[in-house]
Amino acid sequence: MAELLAVRGLRVDFATDRGPAQVLDRINLDIAAGEVVGLVGESGCGKTTLARAILGILPEGSARIREGEVRFRGTDLLTQGPAAMNEHVRGRAITFIPQDPFTSFSPLFPVGTQIMDLMKWKSPRAREQARPASLFGRYPRARQRADREAVLETLRAVQIPEPARALRRLPHEFSGGQRQRLMIAMALLPQPDLIIADEPTTALDVTIQAQILRLLRALVKERGVSVLFTTHDLGTAHELCDRVVVMYAGQEMEAAPTDAFFGRPAHPYTRSLLASVPGPDGEIRDIPGEVPSLVTPPPGCRFHPRCDHATAECRVERPQPRALADGHGVRCHHPVDAPAGAGA
Amino acid sequence: MTAAWFVVARLARDRSALIGLVLIALLVLAALLAPLLSTHPDDVFELHPSERLRAPSGTHWLGTDRMGADVYSRLLFGARITILIGLIAVGASLAIGVPIGLVAGYHHGWASDLLMRVSDIFLAVPQVVLAIAIAQTLGPSLPNVILALSVTYWPWFARVVYAETRALQKEAFVESTAALGASPWRLTVLHVLPNIASPIIVRASIGMGFTILTAAALGFLGLGPPPPTPEWGRTIAESREFLPDAWWYAAAPGLAIFLTVMGFNLLGDGLRDVLDPRLRRSPSRDG
Amino acid sequence: MSAPAPPLLELVDLARHFPVRSAFGRRVGWLRAVDGVSLEVRPGETLGLVGESGCGKSTLGKTVMGIYTPTAGEIRFGGREIGRLPRRARRSVAKDLQYVYQDPGASLDPRWKIRPLLHEPLRIHTTLTRTERDREVGAILAAVGLPDAHLDLYPHELSGGQQRRVGLARILTLRPRLVILDEPTSGLDVSVQASVLKLFRSLQETFALTYVFISHDLSVVRAMCASIAVMYLGKIVERGPTIRVFEAPRHPYTQSLLAAVPRIGGRRVTADFALEGEPPNPRDIPSGCRFRTRCPLAQARCAAEEPPLRPLDGRAVACHFA
Repeated sequence: MAELLAVRGLRVDFATDRGPAQVLDRINLDIAAGEVVGLVGESGCGKTTLARAILGILPEGSARIREGEVRFRGTDLLTQGPAAMNEHVRGRAITFIPQDPFTSFSPLFPVGTQIMDLMKWKSPRAREQARPASLFGRYPRARQRADREAVLETLRAVQIPEPARALRRLPHEFSGGQRQRLMIAMALLPQPDLIIADEPTTALDVTIQAQILRLLRALVKERGVSVLFTTHDLGTAHELCDRVVVMYAGQEMEAAPTDAFFGRPAHPYTRSLLASVPGPDGEIRDIPGEVPSLVTPPPGCRFHPRCDHATAECRVERPQPRALADGHGVRCHHPVDAPAGAGA
Repeated sequence: MTAAWFVVARLARDRSALIGLVLIALLVLAALLAPLLSTHPDDVFELHPSERLRAPSGTHWLGTDRMGADVYSRLLFGARITILIGLIAVGASLAIGVPIGLVAGYHHGWASDLLMRVSDIFLAVPQVVLAIAIAQTLGPSLPNVILALSVTYWPWFARVVYAETRALQKEAFVESTAALGASPWRLTVLHVLPNIASPIIVRASIGMGFTILTAAALGFLGLGPPPPTPEWGRTIAESREFLPDAWWYAAAPGLAIFLTVMGFNLLGDGLRDVLDPRLRRSPSRDG
Repeated sequence: MSAPAPPLLELVDLARHFPVRSAFGRRVGWLRAVDGVSLEVRPGETLGLVGESGCGKSTLGKTVMGIYTPTAGEIRFGGREIGRLPRRARRSVAKDLQYVYQDPGASLDPRWKIRPLLHEPLRIHTTLTRTERDREVGAILAAVGLPDAHLDLYPHELSGGQQRRVGLARILTLRPRLVILDEPTSGLDVSVQASVLKLFRSLQETFALTYVFISHDLSVVRAMCASIAVMYLGKIVERGPTIRVFEAPRHPYTQSLLAAVPRIGGRRVTADFALEGEPPNPRDIPSGCRFRTRCPLAQARCAAEEPPLRPLDGRAVACHFA
């Protein structure tokens, strides 16, 4: 399968008061065309950093990309200059849905103005700019009309009632759920190949979340767009994704199609994580120990201090990716072979 | 104690705050050690008319004034007056303003509105004008200057404390301690007050500068302690008729006032930067 | 069979309204955050209070706790009406009725060390001597799993999890009978959540606590609570044993709510999710049944008449057509 996005050996450090924090440790990640991939993990695991690294929006002062490549449609994004990234990739081939719908819009301008501003630069109908983008770029009338049609149609697709009137309203007049629908619309309008959604439903109520998840999945499947969906909620990953990748402390641990991931998890961390979700039986299991510091992370596999199966090998060498079955990869020296629930 | 040392160490990194700290230290030293440091300690009271208006020289480092007294020595003793006025006036303002601010901040209702309106009225009048009015009415003397200054400066403390108390009321720890059953007294004095100490300290430092300047103004206008008290403002007033020839006569106290006020302001600014954001940071949380 | 124990906490038609003011300070309406809630909590029980944002569950918790005064209705705690007590008397109730914030660590004064923080509740409510207090505090620290060494630290010198435990310890020094937990696991990672829930369980056993567990997370409530009350726009729409309500919800809102919860394994639930629209603005509550604007069963009667909470199939439901 042709990979749309392939991250190889990505290493990112953040500068902190106590020295560099090794936030991403030689990560590998694959996303195929039209695939919805979930990136799950607990706070501090690095999933948001990975999403930002792909988009090229890591904080300049403190983040340092040490090594690795991010291949998107064959080109390594890390070697692209900021101008090229802005023109072709960011907001166009790869778009972004942020976590917080409440602060994603400027409160001063109507929603329509903000969306049309987006279309001025990122519309699929825009021709390649001979001159660099500036505040005074031309926005031809014909294209403007076509873009506006596309905007109204997309707003209907995300189920915003009365799209034409909605465009005239200010952001604070929309609820959180509606704003997230608007963000989805804005992510779809440039006709991207990949949407990166960073915990888009965390701040929403569960019934609204259900509506948004259903909508998002339907739309991306219809348009053949790939999605990288980061979340710490395993249930939403199960709802939305075709494949799930789990990260812990800056290392990816396991990647598998959704059914296999939740039904036959092979990595001890995945198993412990699934076991700690409150089950209907009322049994609650937690994972002993604490998340390690990224400034002085444990060597080898970073989960080894909390892992029941750890051996000397785990403490020294990070496991290489191993394919267990079709599409099911794990990085573990002692992957577990039994279905979920049969022993930790 | 380690907290205080921590603050000083942090302050030292900020160059202007350090300058402020040094200036204040010099002032305090001058005041404390005036008898030791001065060359002509008796000149506070004694007159040497034959030596009047001598330029700065080896014997009189900053020259002599119209009575022949050594300007430098009188300056040092004047530092005592300056600090005394500053400390007592600011201290009294604190003692009046902080409780008023606390009470107004804690309660919601007509009482707190009333208190704040009263302090607003005081604030609306320029401090110098009000101080002049009071000192003029009561007569020129050291205690009256201090009284005038205290009466005019307390609203600044009241306002800061009121605003901070109100803001703090929304903090989870205040609400939860109230939910635990803490009485209003316990909440305000044991919890709110320590947490708003920083803005109060900053305001006090800046207040010292402000108050000293106003005191000098009052002295200049003849409303301060009467002669032969070596108060800096009065010295400048005395020097006026001898300018520009006896330039040292005005320059010395003028520069002293300038450096003192600037010192307190720089220190206050530095404290403002150091005290609040740093102390709220939690060094053990993982970045 | 002996009569069941009298309820420890009883709410009778409790209401809390907030005035809505225009730009000039004039009151233009009411935000009816809690609008007539009745329920009972028996000793030793754990009652889950669920609902989405704006349903009033947090306001209800704070009103019971005394952070807000009730606009109407009664709060009976241990048989005694406490909603209308004067300030001073209300403060003494804090000994038996306590409230845990979403982030208990935030309830710690950052300028106090842990030792005085833990002594404080005892100083307020008891006349124990210093040594006796030391002993109590030591026992509580052990119960929440913290070492004595922490007593000399400041809150910011502890990790988030440790701060949470200190916050809980502070409340437990009073040996309360009922503890209201307001969104205690919101925003927590799933494994951290598991440790926190285990801690609550063990504390409940050690201290014989009764919990009111406010949460929007249904799977957590299912694991922790034997009974559950579902709120929507200030009223309870369904109430009863958790098992019954989860297995066969009768109120249309409860049905939608449960249907919305993502499940791991099996079919995607959101593929069939049917509830449309958003909850109405709490300042503008629909007449009659509040849920009728989104309810698939809505009819004329629903707009005219507000359905009372009545017993049905082993629980209570507020719907004309359940």
